[in-house]
Amino acid sequence: MNTQPTLFSPALAARFDKLVTLYPIKRSALVPMLLYAQDEVGYLSDAVIAEVAERIGVSELEVRNVISYYSLLRTRPLGKYHVQVCTNISCMLRGGNEILEHCKKKLGIPSKGVTADGLFSLEEVECIGACCWAPAAQVNYDFHENLTPDSVDEVLADYRAKAGNGEKK
Amino acid sequence: MATFSTHTDCVPIVSYRFGKGATSIEEYIRLQGYESARKAIALGPDGIIAEVKASNLRGRGGAGFPAGLKWSFVPKKSAKPKYVLVNGDESEPGTCKDRLIFEQDPHAVIEGTIIAGLSVQAKMGFIYLRGEYRYLLTIMERAVADAYAKGFLGKNIFSSGIDFDIVTQTGAGAYEVGEESALMESLEGKRGIPRIRPPFPAVVGLYGGPTIINNAETIATVPHIFRIGAVEYARIGTERNGGTRLFCLSGHVEHPGVYELPMGYNLKKMIYEVGGGIPGGKKLKAVVPGGASTPALTADEIDIGMDFDQVGKAGSMLGSGGVVVLDETTCMVEFALRTMKFYAHESCGWCIPCREGTDWLKKTLTRMHEGGGVENDIDNIRYLAENILGRTFCPLGDAAAMPTIAFVKKFRKEFEAHLDGRGCPYRHATEPEPALV
Amino acid sequence: MADVTLTVDGKKFTTPAGTLLIEACRAHGIEVPAFCYYPGLSLQAACRMCVVRIEKMPKLQTACTTTVAEGMIVTTESPEIAQARKATIEMLLGNHPLDCPVCDAGGECELQDMTFKYGAHESKFVEIKQHRDEQQWSPVVFFDRPRCILCYRCVRVCGEGMDVWALGVQNRGVGSVIAPNRQDHLDCEECGMCIDICPVGALTSGAYRYKTRPWEMSHVGTICAHCGDGCKTTLGVRRSSDGMEIVRGDNRDKSGINGDFLCIKGRYAFDFANREDRLTQPLIRQAGADLRSVSWDEAIEFAGLKLREIRDSKGGSAIGVIGSNRTTNEEAYLLQKFARTVLATNNIDHHRTADYPAYASALSGKSEASLRDVGSARAILLLGNDPTEQHPGLAWQIRTNVRLNGARLYVANHRLIRLRRQATAFLQIRESNYAALISFLGGASPPAGAQNAAAFRNAVRKEESLLIVFGSEFCGRDIEALLKFGSTLPSVKFACLGDYANSRGAADMGLYPDLLPGYVPVSAAAHFTEEYSAGLPTQPGLDIMQMLDAAERGELDALYVVGANPVARYRRNGTALRDTFLIVQDMFMTETAQVADVILPAANLYEKAGTVTNTFGDLQLVKKAADRAGVRTDFELIVRLAAAIGADVKKLVPFGPRGVHADFGQARGAQSGEADRHGVWLSAHHLEPRLSPFDPFAIFDEIQRLVPAYDVPRLDLLTGNDQHLRSELVQIEKPVSRPDLVLPSNDTLFTSGSLGLYSKTLHSVLEARQPVETAAD
Repeated sequence: MNTQPTLFSPALAARFDKLVTLYPIKRSALVPMLLYAQDEVGYLSDAVIAEVAERIGVSELEVRNVISYYSLLRTRPLGKYHVQVCTNISCMLRGGNEILEHCKKKLGIPSKGVTADGLFSLEEVECIGACCWAPAAQVNYDFHENLTPDSVDEVLADYRAKAGNGEKK
Repeated sequence: MATFSTHTDCVPIVSYRFGKGATSIEEYIRLQGYESARKAIALGPDGIIAEVKASNLRGRGGAGFPAGLKWSFVPKKSAKPKYVLVNGDESEPGTCKDRLIFEQDPHAVIEGTIIAGLSVQAKMGFIYLRGEYRYLLTIMERAVADAYAKGFLGKNIFSSGIDFDIVTQTGAGAYEVGEESALMESLEGKRGIPRIRPPFPAVVGLYGGPTIINNAETIATVPHIFRIGAVEYARIGTERNGGTRLFCLSGHVEHPGVYELPMGYNLKKMIYEVGGGIPGGKKLKAVVPGGASTPALTADEIDIGMDFDQVGKAGSMLGSGGVVVLDETTCMVEFALRTMKFYAHESCGWCIPCREGTDWLKKTLTRMHEGGGVENDIDNIRYLAENILGRTFCPLGDAAAMPTIAFVKKFRKEFEAHLDGRGCPYRHATEPEPALV
Repeated sequence: MADVTLTVDGKKFTTPAGTLLIEACRAHGIEVPAFCYYPGLSLQAACRMCVVRIEKMPKLQTACTTTVAEGMIVTTESPEIAQARKATIEMLLGNHPLDCPVCDAGGECELQDMTFKYGAHESKFVEIKQHRDEQQWSPVVFFDRPRCILCYRCVRVCGEGMDVWALGVQNRGVGSVIAPNRQDHLDCEECGMCIDICPVGALTSGAYRYKTRPWEMSHVGTICAHCGDGCKTTLGVRRSSDGMEIVRGDNRDKSGINGDFLCIKGRYAFDFANREDRLTQPLIRQAGADLRSVSWDEAIEFAGLKLREIRDSKGGSAIGVIGSNRTTNEEAYLLQKFARTVLATNNIDHHRTADYPAYASALSGKSEASLRDVGSARAILLLGNDPTEQHPGLAWQIRTNVRLNGARLYVANHRLIRLRRQATAFLQIRESNYAALISFLGGASPPAGAQNAAAFRNAVRKEESLLIVFGSEFCGRDIEALLKFGSTLPSVKFACLGDYANSRGAADMGLYPDLLPGYVPVSAAAHFTEEYSAGLPTQPGLDIMQMLDAAERGELDALYVVGANPVARYRRNGTALRDTFLIVQDMFMTETAQVADVILPAANLYEKAGTVTNTFGDLQLVKKAADRAGVRTDFELIVRLAAAIGADVKKLVPFGPRGVHADFGQARGAQSGEADRHGVWLSAHHLEPRLSPFDPFAIFDEIQRLVPAYDVPRLDLLTGNDQHLRSELVQIEKPVSRPDLVLPSNDTLFTSGSLGLYSKTLHSVLEARQPVETAAD
């Protein structure tokens, strides 16, 4: 078991200890480990990269090579709620671009921007696999489908409220 | 979350358990679940492969390679362990069928993986979901845990003396990883750059071992073949195109959705009857028959049966089953641009023609759509696409080039209408459309 | 494997099965272009330039990933193929800056060549090019991203070749970029292999960039002046205001024993030669005054007369001579001949970095490995040393052999040296246990604390053919024991590691108080006496420590130091040498030169012709590349000093009618005015200006006669091919081994004895590598 000091919560650290044993090679755990680390820390900081490199037994360069390849992995913090609006063909045909414009206006940020309060970030993304329920968006990992500007307002309001509750706790 | 659609022409084979609570292993078992795996154990490797061959099941990822044949390429003896790899990295624009399978019937994927493993005596399977489908990982992990608890996975599965393990994981956002060798790289913790072939995965695949790799729909279909019988399954489709397929009907149709229809189902019928036609009584302009990478068909090319061979004959491909419908208000330059923007974004960057060509095409199409196009651009777009086609390291270059060539060939007038500073005629001619519900 | 017959462009030929099509084509004179393909590195199929048409294949195929097959019919040039290549280049050029006029690679750029060949001269691209600022990744590595064509050669040579893995590929699509391992800079060996292998000007050298255009240089292939591996380096030289200046070192000549490889020293650390503070004026000190500049004649006259006076009054034993590890064989040989015949002394020695006499003695009748053998041996046993740091060329050959040929490497060391990563088995022992290790290998119990020792020994002893490489941890009896153990194995070759460019040559040429050239004891000098037609002192002289001790005690009247810095090397107090008449030949005002009475500015190994012998016994030709006005070769200076003493120059250097084998210009390289200078001197001394006593090849004959191991085919040598010494002809029986005198340099990749101190590049790299320590100071 790993007894090194860790950046991660005990639960996540324990999960990582197990993760590296699931595959025929340790390195296979890299992409999942980066995802879970990002979920907990918010982004892949230098310290996270260093620890993941250590756990997997590869260089930090290797870890960075991998991170930069995958569009879901990021080395900078985003909003607490990352709004990803699909504008790929099926969504485009059903108003995906308009949904994106609406989000930009509503949040006051461009694609890849973060709101000043750090609550939301916005990104125009490629197909998310919701073509038959277009236009669609994902907020973090949650799907929101058959969107209209009005339903987008509701979705954003829900997250805002959720954050408000979260803060009170 | 994703909803399954149905129509009287639908034939529920793969979708047999959709909407019936089959995520619960008890419910799955009640609906004949895991019986196929037991049958497969009884049949043994050769029997399994013979059955899959007899079903005429062809790969549902896009290329349509006969599944039984693919499995038979795995050598019987191997110094290295063999693996089964389920490609759930569904990323082809216009395609959302695997998502539904994982969500509605996760055990079918597990059972299919077990049967594939039995067919080549593999001891381990991996189910790789695309990163955006994180919620499905929760479903799959739960299902896998339940299967372990029942003794269907792990040591001595079904008391057969055979061991089989499954590991599930997601990717992290990369279309290219849907390419089978890139998927193996990704699963080995690397950048999703395809591998040089030969050797092919059946001989040297994951971790250097012989590997069966199939699309999730293909794998999920396998238990159903054993459930209803290969001959019965083959009978449903057309010649050399066994069974049914999950078609994802999207874009300008009244009832977009995922429909399970027999292979060879008429495309026109699919749009106008299953899909309920085009909203607002508008005219059809084009159909992308099998996901973004397949060349578009014009309105008068759609009276064809949707199987690999017939769509191929029509100059396109059945692809991943993503049928995207475009009405007369669609700007084909914008559509071509959006398609190319996707491929430029998703090109892994490994080889020159794909990396540089897609970016160049994206830039030219962007300029053109914004009104900066010059006459040479149209030929140039075609020249670039034709010089990407067949020259790239993996099929992604072809996927970007083929639809582009078709757009220019079939809709050249629309490109010409953008020239001389005019920009997009559709943007000016029509009021901004309200988002269709 | 069996052979297959295929047809390429109508030419039918047979080639071994398994050969890559691109290699088969190249071997038969059909050049298939490629950016990403590079022999010996992993396959990429990324650039798509090597596409060819193979009959029965639907698409064009990449020749770099296709293996030949029986009956294959291939077309490598056709309108279709040319179009494919042209389009690929067009796409590359779409975003390429086309700043060729100011690009270092301009004129030797593979992208330029391909563009020229396939005619992608018309740009279809009208978008704005993406500009990115150039980045400096280290003192010697610069990266210009828009120029990069992403062939991944740099990534592979750094990882697969060097085992450093400091470069990666990041992002994807058109954003793909080569990235260094520390985000904005490199932490690596600074070998520059990435720069050399770059087909375009994306990676450029901090030492060379913007200095010149390639066609303005002459390229001279010679031997690196630094470590004992003797890598071939090609120096790019250019006329400067005071001679010929070296502007670049590279390994374009891949015929050398180092193949593709050069380390930081071979590639950049030639810069000591270009330093402003080189000594270029003879200096003398008279009557305790300060050093003053004098003419060459005055300086040599002054030194010569003084030496003669001491020799004649007190005898040769009052004079000492210290030779160099970095002069040529001819110079080392001449120096000992001068000492013994002109100065009449055996007080001669040099800084020893390996116990070559013990090795030569133990080797008798056994085989010595060349560096090339290291690249092809089936199995290698590496004992002691850290080749990654101390013998980078050897380390490269070992790694390459393991990687490409699956050679087995066994490493025993007291440190966790990096080559253990290539090792089949690694055995860590205590530093004091190397002797115990040999007995263990021979059958005794394992050295204390060694883990898995038995398995290690079993594996080693099972090898049917083994190459044993050992470091300076082994001296004297240990070498004897090791070679004795080795000879119990079925087939074995040995290599003994010493540190400098010609340490081995200095030893072979008899820079010893007790040994003549070829390790012949001074007591058995008959053969030499006859050849030299002079009596030789037969008593062993003083070794280097004894000479320095004697000088400090005021008991040594004169000391002649050629290309060495004993004051610094042996941590002596320079002022203690004040009573000794000290003549120093050097490039720089070293600690030893500072206390000298006569300083003669000397040329370095890049400024002269001759031969050197690497530590493996590979004899190689050194060609004159650079020139610095105001310096003389050590060879010339020794001859002139002898003349000033009054010796018969013709006896010292047997030139003239007997020296017909002299160099006829092959070795001169980029000479500048040297022939004229010789002519003037020869005329002034009433000598025939046809063959010169300053020509080192005038004495090479004599070396070949007296040192049979050096009797190698001269034609091959003069055409620049390394010649392995005939080690079976070493004649030595029982030398006096002096392990106590062996002082390894313990150089790292970034140091090179005292010579390294004069390299700006090595300095800048060392400084850049220690930012933390510097900040803390």
